[in-house]
Amino acid sequence: MDGSSRSLASPLIALVGNPNCGKTALFNLLTGSRQKVANYAGVTVERKEGSLLTPSGRRVRILDLPGAYSLDPLTPDEQVTADVLLGRRAGETQPDFVVCVTDATNLRQNLRLVLSLKRLGLPMVVALNMSDIARRKGLTIDAERLAKELAVPVVETVGVKAGGVSKLVGILDAIAPAAPPPQRVWQTPTGADIEYDHDEVRRILGAVGGDRTDGTTRSDRIDAVVLHPIVGPLILAVVLFLVFQAVFAWAQWPMDAIKAGVDALGAWLGAFMPDSLLKGLLIDGVLAGVGSVLVFLPQIVILFFFILILEDSGYLPRAAFLLDRVMGSVGLSGRAFIPLLSSFACAIPGIMATRTIQNPRDRLATIMIAPLMTCSARLPVFALIISAFIPQRRLWAGFQLQGLVLFALYIIGVLSAMAVAFVLKRRGVGARFQSLMLELPAYHWPNLRGLLIGLWQRVEIFLTRVGTIILALMVILWALSSFPAPPPGATGPAIQYSIAGHLGAALAVLFAPIGFNWQISIALVPGLAAREVAVGALGTVYALSATGEHVSDALMPLIAHSWSLPTALSLLAWYVFAPQCLSTLATVKRETNSWRYPLIMAAYMFALAYGASFVTYRIALLF
Amino acid sequence: MQKNPDPIGLAELPNGMLARVVSVLPSNAAVPAEIARRLAELGFLPGELVRIVGRGLLSREPIAVRVGTGTFALRLFEANCIRVRPETTHSP
Repeated sequence: MDGSSRSLASPLIALVGNPNCGKTALFNLLTGSRQKVANYAGVTVERKEGSLLTPSGRRVRILDLPGAYSLDPLTPDEQVTADVLLGRRAGETQPDFVVCVTDATNLRQNLRLVLSLKRLGLPMVVALNMSDIARRKGLTIDAERLAKELAVPVVETVGVKAGGVSKLVGILDAIAPAAPPPQRVWQTPTGADIEYDHDEVRRILGAVGGDRTDGTTRSDRIDAVVLHPIVGPLILAVVLFLVFQAVFAWAQWPMDAIKAGVDALGAWLGAFMPDSLLKGLLIDGVLAGVGSVLVFLPQIVILFFFILILEDSGYLPRAAFLLDRVMGSVGLSGRAFIPLLSSFACAIPGIMATRTIQNPRDRLATIMIAPLMTCSARLPVFALIISAFIPQRRLWAGFQLQGLVLFALYIIGVLSAMAVAFVLKRRGVGARFQSLMLELPAYHWPNLRGLLIGLWQRVEIFLTRVGTIILALMVILWALSSFPAPPPGATGPAIQYSIAGHLGAALAVLFAPIGFNWQISIALVPGLAAREVAVGALGTVYALSATGEHVSDALMPLIAHSWSLPTALSLLAWYVFAPQCLSTLATVKRETNSWRYPLIMAAYMFALAYGASFVTYRIALLF
Repeated sequence: MQKNPDPIGLAELPNGMLARVVSVLPSNAAVPAEIARRLAELGFLPGELVRIVGRGLLSREPIAVRVGTGTFALRLFEANCIRVRPETTHSP
């Protein structure tokens, strides 16, 4: 970067620090809600930039760099941080000024990065964060002395308290115009360098009074319970059950309310507008599309409410720690558990929750298998077919045959997910020594401001980046199912004459070997919108006059007569695997930042679905 | 003072027992040198006191290790890069 591109009117400040040093809370306090969340070009590392208006009226841009232990990167997060600081990341300006955030209660580990940054020679200030907790613990750190020892300014900050950054803002306000920065060169330290730095840290800490490896802390006492071999797993099970229950059950009434609201709005509009193409587009295209986006919000908000609290309090890394080996046996990270559990409710919040998995390969594997968890949208389809074809027979020990079939479908989903994860792991290169080195930070109370900002960011990302794709797809699907209109005097249902109808008829040839008739094939096209839409679409194809929840009741005797059992079983197998949900694919596109993975996902799931249905159909025909 | 016990891999240390780090080196040729360097950067350095505070579900790994003011979860191959000598005297 040369001097001409630097604008001192709005200097770029980078926040740098170890993971868990409270950097994000500090960033939230500095920038409030004026934040832009995006990805760094070419990677899935989250880029957070915000701005701050200083008391003197100066606009300062603040970049929250990913947490790093060292400038020699081991993870993609650390790679980004090192590259930006060294000015070698394409598309990123080298920061004018660095705020090195340190956890005042953990200086022994945090000061090492300060020494490295100092060596880099960027103008900087050290923020002694969580200074309130340090004081409460009886740690008195002489900030002035620390500044003298380090030869850089040091300010105390409290990231979780309004006004906790006033001194820091004062320093940022007074950043002097800097000379164009010289070329930064970083040399990887040798073992001796690391030991030298360590001794230096201890010497400095000895001088300022911050070196204390306190015996048993409050966190240690909590860990004695949480990591206990028997009590720990019990607590984990309760937490996981609570999260699952919340996403599955608590989200139900707001989702129903959103559906009912959108339906009511559609009915209201329908009563006012004359029948026309515009009315169809507005009600069945746009409004239904908006509804299908909004309906995901309750689950997303509830899931992230729990994830943010668990992460912020320090429990999530412990849960990942406890589950590491269990999940690792199929090649997944311990952190994959919560996203996968949530995917039983809906894959979309589940896939969004994979952000908590730092390792990109683990994260991708989790995203790829999340839709194999049987989501709640499959239930209406399963319920319809099972109640139409599986006899209500009581088996031994009070088990119902119908319930058992449903349970088997869930298990098949989980087992296939494990198999796919295993294959993905096998394909991974050089994965023999997968590093963990996961810090289990001190516990603290979650911060409300951080929670609200975090929730809002998830909602905003979903609505603006995923919602727009979903809405567009829904309108396209509506158009496919509506055009061209049936010719005058047509006897079949309108959809039969549309593009979707013709597509379905063509698909019927493809699906004949797996036992699907043309009605099923046509229903699968609008059913791409969401899995449960297939039930309504079947109702349309069979030209039922029933609407809403009554479709299923009316359909049941109809399909029980017109479909064979092998066809029904084949359709069940299809719905275990098929990527019959464009919203999921849109979310994968957003989360991986490329079309490559949603396409791979769609392809492999279609292949699995077709294969499973084929085998099911052929075997069932033998009986 | 009893005689010093021989150094052992960190993973072999019983839960809760204090030990002092003797060396931090790749445990075998297949472990990349970055792993040992990062362990050192996290504070696993000769002379430091460590203690195992927990282990993963149903298995020996990962191991949660206390060093300095931090706690880290390590896999077996990572923990075995760290050779420690159990402290025979009572904890300070």
